[in-house]
Amino acid sequence: MAKIIVDDVEVEVPGEYTLLQACEAAGVEVPRFCFHERLSIAGNCRMCLVEVKGGPPKPTASCAMNVRDLRPGPNGEPPVISTRSPMVKKAREGVMEFLLINHPLDCPICDQGGECDLQDQAMAYGVDSSRFAENKRAVENKYIGPLVRTSMNRCIHCTRCVRFVTEVAGVPDLGAIGRGEDMEITTYLEKAMRSELQGNVIDLCPVGALTSKPYMFKARPWELLKTETVDVMDALGSAIRVDARGREVMRVLPRINEAVNEEWISDKSRFIWDGLKTQRLDRPYVRENGRLRPASWQEALGVVAARVRSTAPNRLGAIVGDLAAAEESFALKSLLSRLGSINIDGRQDGTALDPILGRATYLFNTTIAGIHEADAILLVGTNPRREAAVLNARIRERWRLGNLKVGLIGEPADLTYTHEYLGAGSDTLAAIADGTHSFADVLKQAERPLVIIGQGALSRRDGLAVLSLAARAAVAVGAVKDDWNGFSVLHTAASRVGSLDLGLVPGEGGLNAAEQAAGGVDTLFLLGADEIKVADGPFVVYIGTHGDQGAHRADVILPGAAYTEKSGLYVNTEGRVQIANRAVFPPGEAREDWAIIRALSELVGHKLPFDNIAQLRQSLFVSHPHLARIDTVEPADHTAIERLAALGGATDKTGFETPVVDFYLTNPIARASAIMAECSALALGVSRQAAE
Amino acid sequence: MLNDRDRIFTNLYGFHSPGLKEALKRGNWDGTKFLLERGRDWIINEMKASGLRGRGGAGFSTGLKWSFMPKQSDGRPHYLVVNADESEPGTCKDREILRHDPHLLIEGCMLASFAMGAHAAYVYLRGEYIAERIALQKAVDEAYEAKLVGKDNVHGYPFDIYVHHGAGAYICGEETALLESLEGKKGMPRLKPPFPANMGLYGCPTTVNNVESIAVAGTILRRGAAWFSGIGRPNNVGTKLFCVSGHVNKPCNVEEAMGLTFRELIETHCGGIRGGWDNLLAVIPGGVSVPMVPADQIIDAPMDFDTLRGLRSGLGTAAVMVMDKSTDVVRAIARISYFYKHESCGQCTPCREGTGWMWRVISRMAEGRAQKREIDLLLDVTTRVEGHTICALGDAAAWPIQGLIRHFRHEIEKRIDDYAANPHSDPVLVAAE
Repeated sequence: MAKIIVDDVEVEVPGEYTLLQACEAAGVEVPRFCFHERLSIAGNCRMCLVEVKGGPPKPTASCAMNVRDLRPGPNGEPPVISTRSPMVKKAREGVMEFLLINHPLDCPICDQGGECDLQDQAMAYGVDSSRFAENKRAVENKYIGPLVRTSMNRCIHCTRCVRFVTEVAGVPDLGAIGRGEDMEITTYLEKAMRSELQGNVIDLCPVGALTSKPYMFKARPWELLKTETVDVMDALGSAIRVDARGREVMRVLPRINEAVNEEWISDKSRFIWDGLKTQRLDRPYVRENGRLRPASWQEALGVVAARVRSTAPNRLGAIVGDLAAAEESFALKSLLSRLGSINIDGRQDGTALDPILGRATYLFNTTIAGIHEADAILLVGTNPRREAAVLNARIRERWRLGNLKVGLIGEPADLTYTHEYLGAGSDTLAAIADGTHSFADVLKQAERPLVIIGQGALSRRDGLAVLSLAARAAVAVGAVKDDWNGFSVLHTAASRVGSLDLGLVPGEGGLNAAEQAAGGVDTLFLLGADEIKVADGPFVVYIGTHGDQGAHRADVILPGAAYTEKSGLYVNTEGRVQIANRAVFPPGEAREDWAIIRALSELVGHKLPFDNIAQLRQSLFVSHPHLARIDTVEPADHTAIERLAALGGATDKTGFETPVVDFYLTNPIARASAIMAECSALALGVSRQAAE
Repeated sequence: MLNDRDRIFTNLYGFHSPGLKEALKRGNWDGTKFLLERGRDWIINEMKASGLRGRGGAGFSTGLKWSFMPKQSDGRPHYLVVNADESEPGTCKDREILRHDPHLLIEGCMLASFAMGAHAAYVYLRGEYIAERIALQKAVDEAYEAKLVGKDNVHGYPFDIYVHHGAGAYICGEETALLESLEGKKGMPRLKPPFPANMGLYGCPTTVNNVESIAVAGTILRRGAAWFSGIGRPNNVGTKLFCVSGHVNKPCNVEEAMGLTFRELIETHCGGIRGGWDNLLAVIPGGVSVPMVPADQIIDAPMDFDTLRGLRSGLGTAAVMVMDKSTDVVRAIARISYFYKHESCGQCTPCREGTGWMWRVISRMAEGRAQKREIDLLLDVTTRVEGHTICALGDAAAWPIQGLIRHFRHEIEKRIDDYAANPHSDPVLVAAE
């Protein structure tokens, strides 16, 4: 700890703090453009200059100077820095003037207007008029992809975008060419950036040089209603803010959640919103003579109720999809059990995870933030870059700190960090469990080894045996200890952990998702289950939001609410319970899913005992108390992993395949989105690029 | 005038062969092993005692700089980097060393590396120095062949020297930008601290020295610190290569004692000012990045660091540019300003935006197409660039303009008046004097 005096306030801060951090600790605001907490220090905007008393007779960049690099006074007095002296005032005004001389005065037509760092700081630290009488610089706009619009006249060359893309996203796609005032940020040949995290440069850009292309000229920040909620595009539950105008979601922005997404979100989370408006189911439908026709709620529910009443309980089933909140899953499960059916499954991908094995066997036990402490990582049957792009950035962040070895079993992939490719399938995993593979020694020598098992290894016929084998490997290399649980399952669906927590698996002798879909039941509820093909035969009741696979197969469609349109609990891959809030109302006649189930329950004569979401949650919390502890992770009992390891079983020799083939099209909302379709086409190399 | 026996660069003009055989005759590599055997501390103390100030422009004590290197390696290798990216307009001293006295440099590299515990030295050559690279590489090859350097050399200290060719950017002469460029990155200066002595090339302790500072080391150690410090004036000792260009009768490169007066320098070596001493207008005494000094102040001023700093200029690289009264000083400075606009790396705001602004304003002033109040504006802009940038290029861009306004404000005002009085939009024709 070092003492330092900032504007007459003495504070004690760690020596490795920068002057900027020390100023903030003393409650002094320091303007900045290029500095960002999560990126390397560039020190190039020169806006954060402060005066160091007794130092050189020129201002110092506070973002780049450590407190311990300051010399104390002759008698050991703490160093003194000033942010209000005439020198600092002149420096700030000077830098602001330099930034503005070549910055266009197009704030009225700039999408950044109202949330622009340059605007705000020009108000606070600038002067009222310009002394610059020359022509302003003109820079051609660049094509850098379908998501980020450039307006390069506005660029102030802070290089935040370049540093983000290089450091966090880990692709060498963005850089600066030219020098001096001719320096330009570009992707060199005007190619699209190839990162799943590129949308974050829009937030990072302190001016309007990089803005959202889909959101272009759509709205002003002050006319948007902002709702803090969580994302459901992957199993991380990234913190997001949904900005809506009227009934329309206009954009999605990340919020800071250090434990989950820091402040990044993937492009799927950010640009999904146009999918919320297209292909929507906004009224009930009933299939008549092979064609779906619009119907009233009363009629549709009546058809379903009649059908349910005439079905034997053991011929009744339900599959819960990837985006379902805990509330509707709970309501559906309650209804089915009242009807006497045990055929319910929340694992439409057929993963072998089962709550009966213990909660530790299906959680990302290390926690997402725990990746920082790992010193060796084994990825089994997963491509985290596609399955959870933000988590992959977290692994990369850890890798950049050094002393991290990563091994991959499964499909070869470009993960943005160097890793050792160990093998394709369970043979390699078995070799690690037996200690005959060289990477086993790496994991054994590591203090905190981490084994990440993806759904690619688990959603196969031998999934349970692979899971057990992975557990055996984790135990064998010492990844499961009292103070460190390095056995982590990476999910791909936002609802999956919640479903497993609620016990959405078939009861004794019940039918699982695949068996139900194959025709094992006569009446089948699909609660947003679109990734599973239902065979001819069952009467399908689809409760969901989009006209996707499930709706096409349905005999009755009951329109539900998307994740921005309802309040619901989601449990992310690490077991963190989070609450999503409603930003807008569902379109047309669509209703919240739990309410649909509640209404149906009355018609079938098994009225569920709740009339509103609060009562529903109350009974949910009674039966599953841990869901009441929002934003916390309950550590799971790790002895379950040792029991799992003992299970054994025969494994198949075929290689693991990642379940996410196309990052951009993993759920019905994404498949309805034109932006995601464009990204997907570009990623697959179908679309022609601008430079060609 | 410096005695011939006190000259260090005895083949400055290339009258003799630069080859090893001839170099040995001139005393290069004489007793190097003996010097090394006296130890690191002795070398550094001797360099400190000699009072040698860095010849790259800033004038920082070379011995002191060497002493900043860690005494014990923490496992990281140490490096010596020689800055041969001599790009300062008007300066052409290092190229003569590289072409004609390369063995002095190689020997100096060996001594300096030994003093700093470095086993490798990199010479970063300016991109345009093709012939110099060939000459230096030839000399390095000769030294390797004669086992003067290399893993297993006659001096018993493993030492490698590498010649690296830059790509021709002025900013790569800034020490940290040079290190970036040497690492294969874009030549953009680093933030300091950490200083290169802690975190330099590839994150290892590194010292960056000018060619001349290194090349004189061997001779200083052989002849003793007292000899070197006996030449010149207090705190400004030793010999120095001056590069005199401009309106003198015989422009030349010459090794002279520090602190001889400008008049002596010009009269002795350059055949006087073109058109006589009365025709002298101003002098830029240390490369274009230092402010100019008008004739009356410079004529009898000793050419050394401290005196010229007192004249609000600097010795810089001792590239003396003489301007007689035929010179259009405003245009001259406008051209220099263009140079800095062109060479700014674009990393930090004041330099990136300021150099362009200054160049545009001063270019208009060179035509007279400006307002008088803009002179103060320009001066104010220079003070907002100076001292606010990451490296010294911002300062270097500001100082020539400050020097011009300080001494020749009347010239700019006259230009503006002439332009305003001229009914035509064409620039005022200036009679060739």
